Amino acid sequence: MSSATRSELGSEAAVERWLRAYRQMLSIRAFEERVNDLYTRALMPGLAHLYLGEEAIAVGVCEALNRDDYITSTHRGHGHCLAKGAAPDRMFAELLGKEAGYCRGKGGSMHIADPATGNLGANAIVAGSVAIATGAALSAKRLGNGRVTVCFFGEGALGQGLLYEVMNLAELWKLPVLYVCENNLYTEYTHYEETTAGEIPGRAAAFGIKSETVDGQDVRAVYAVAAKFVAGARRGDGPGFLVANTYRYHGHHVGDISREYYRPKEEEQHWKTERDPLKLLGSWLLKQGLADEAVLARIAAEVNGQLDAAVQFAIAAPYPNPEEVDKDVYA
Amino acid sequence: MPDRELTFAQAIREALIEEMRRDSSVCIFGEDVAEAGTPFKVLAGLVEEFGSERVIDTPISEAGFTGIAVGAAMTGLRPVVDIMFGDFITLTMDQMANQAAKVHYMSGGKWKVPMVMRTTLGATRRSAAQHSQSLHAWFSHVPGLKVVLPSTPRDAKGLLKTAIRDDNPVAFFEDKMMYRAKGPVPQEEYTIPFGVADIKREGRDITIVATSSMVQVALGAAGLLEKAGISAEVIDPRTTWPLDEKTLIESAQKTGRAMVVDEGYGRYGVAGEIAAVIAEAAFYDLDAPVKRLGAMQVPIPFSPPLEDLTVPTEKSVFEVAQELCR
Repeated sequence: MSSATRSELGSEAAVERWLRAYRQMLSIRAFEERVNDLYTRALMPGLAHLYLGEEAIAVGVCEALNRDDYITSTHRGHGHCLAKGAAPDRMFAELLGKEAGYCRGKGGSMHIADPATGNLGANAIVAGSVAIATGAALSAKRLGNGRVTVCFFGEGALGQGLLYEVMNLAELWKLPVLYVCENNLYTEYTHYEETTAGEIPGRAAAFGIKSETVDGQDVRAVYAVAAKFVAGARRGDGPGFLVANTYRYHGHHVGDISREYYRPKEEEQHWKTERDPLKLLGSWLLKQGLADEAVLARIAAEVNGQLDAAVQFAIAAPYPNPEEVDKDVYA
Repeated sequence: MPDRELTFAQAIREALIEEMRRDSSVCIFGEDVAEAGTPFKVLAGLVEEFGSERVIDTPISEAGFTGIAVGAAMTGLRPVVDIMFGDFITLTMDQMANQAAKVHYMSGGKWKVPMVMRTTLGATRRSAAQHSQSLHAWFSHVPGLKVVLPSTPRDAKGLLKTAIRDDNPVAFFEDKMMYRAKGPVPQEEYTIPFGVADIKREGRDITIVATSSMVQVALGAAGLLEKAGISAEVIDPRTTWPLDEKTLIESAQKTGRAMVVDEGYGRYGVAGEIAAVIAEAAFYDLDAPVKRLGAMQVPIPFSPPLEDLTVPTEKSVFEVAQELCR
């Protein structure tokens, strides 16, 4: 967008797009803050891996997708699901194990899936969904339905052999799939440089897959590159590989609080103050005159109200009946 | 119409051809499945009829193409993946046990995974420890998977057609030593439902439950037992999941004695599970403990005289049965 002309920036569609992106990133931010709150107040069972700090990637990529395009997600998947169109109330209901959740409470935080928004499912096995995403791309190509699949994964998945098996196949068969590697620097509690030999884009290059590395805190940059790859995949150009450099504000999961042994607080502070995706987009919108403080404040108020209501819905929602326990084992 | 004689391999090929003609979403992928028709030639001629869009050669990436089948099955295709040797299912275990088996349940019943994994089992092909195992117990353990073990050409065809039409992930194990075995197969269209055991031979004195090629071994042993004055009933469950517990239990209650013959390892296996099902339900009708007969608990050796010691035979089944009926 940096090379866009003034009129393009000011076009109604562009204004709408970046205000929508702002609202969506803010929704994810507000969602995850409430997850943290629910969890620490012992209202949420299980595990919670927060996407705080990485919002621009899910939103920038999904902004380039149609509703019937597919995504696969990860254990850190709330942002992907919301960006693809999931409703916060049914998301929270799933996180609390309630019948009204996307998976009737049987999946939980790490397994949100929703055919209505093309979400093939979040996956709690690292790299567990890379083959599923590639298979969905195979279907789309065979059936000729023009759908593209985006496969989100963290840099931790680079250690799994399955990823390279399916990247090989995706390029051989020219499948419409975009691999999005979110490099938040930490593979659980270990800096990725301690776990990753060579360069990340070199992995794509080895298979002849086109790749680009992008500032994952800049939603406009993410969108621009994702849109290019998605359009190419839809045209039949085959797979793409997008490396988005980002940062995980919180720990590996909500319980990972004392983190100084693997990363300094100053580093966290730097990303939060200097590289925050919401601040970056917000100040750009203001600078370009596409929004004023009042507009952004109104969006924030609307989002916070909506998310508070979603939490209340989930808390009030009933648990599944006991007879649900052995339903849906087989179709 | 009278039945024809087909080999086990021909029956499987015919099932695939019929289902691929019936439903354009059925496709095959695996190593050397197209022009090569697999090393066992089970798929010979399929790529010529259905094209390389539907009969797809893959790299040697069992986990990769199995997982791709899961994703493809969720989104409109009905893949039949070919895992050349059953020993290689270990490479696919996460995609089968953690993904395929759980997608339907984890999504609250929204996504389905209508896929079939065809693979092999069985020793005595002189293929040594990594090409000879019978690992169907591994998949039988996991809720969400169905597991099929045909023992005749007729069953193989009817069960494979059912597997392809099923909306769940199905593992279909073929004993590679049976591919050339012949048997009657109906001319007309038919399918065989899962979870329905077949009484292969009726008898009064002992129930022999057997799976896959062990059914033929058990039938041979039943012939020997007959000469010794013992009437053996041979039952083939045909699917380990769903399992037709009722037929197995009723037979054991009738005969008062039961043994289970399965080519998987004897410990923690299919034979043990079926023996427990019978013992739990028919205990007070039994005159003897339920016996298990499985593969010897060693990695399958290469040397032929050693390998032959590791699998149940007509003789060993006969001896165990005779002992039970003493």
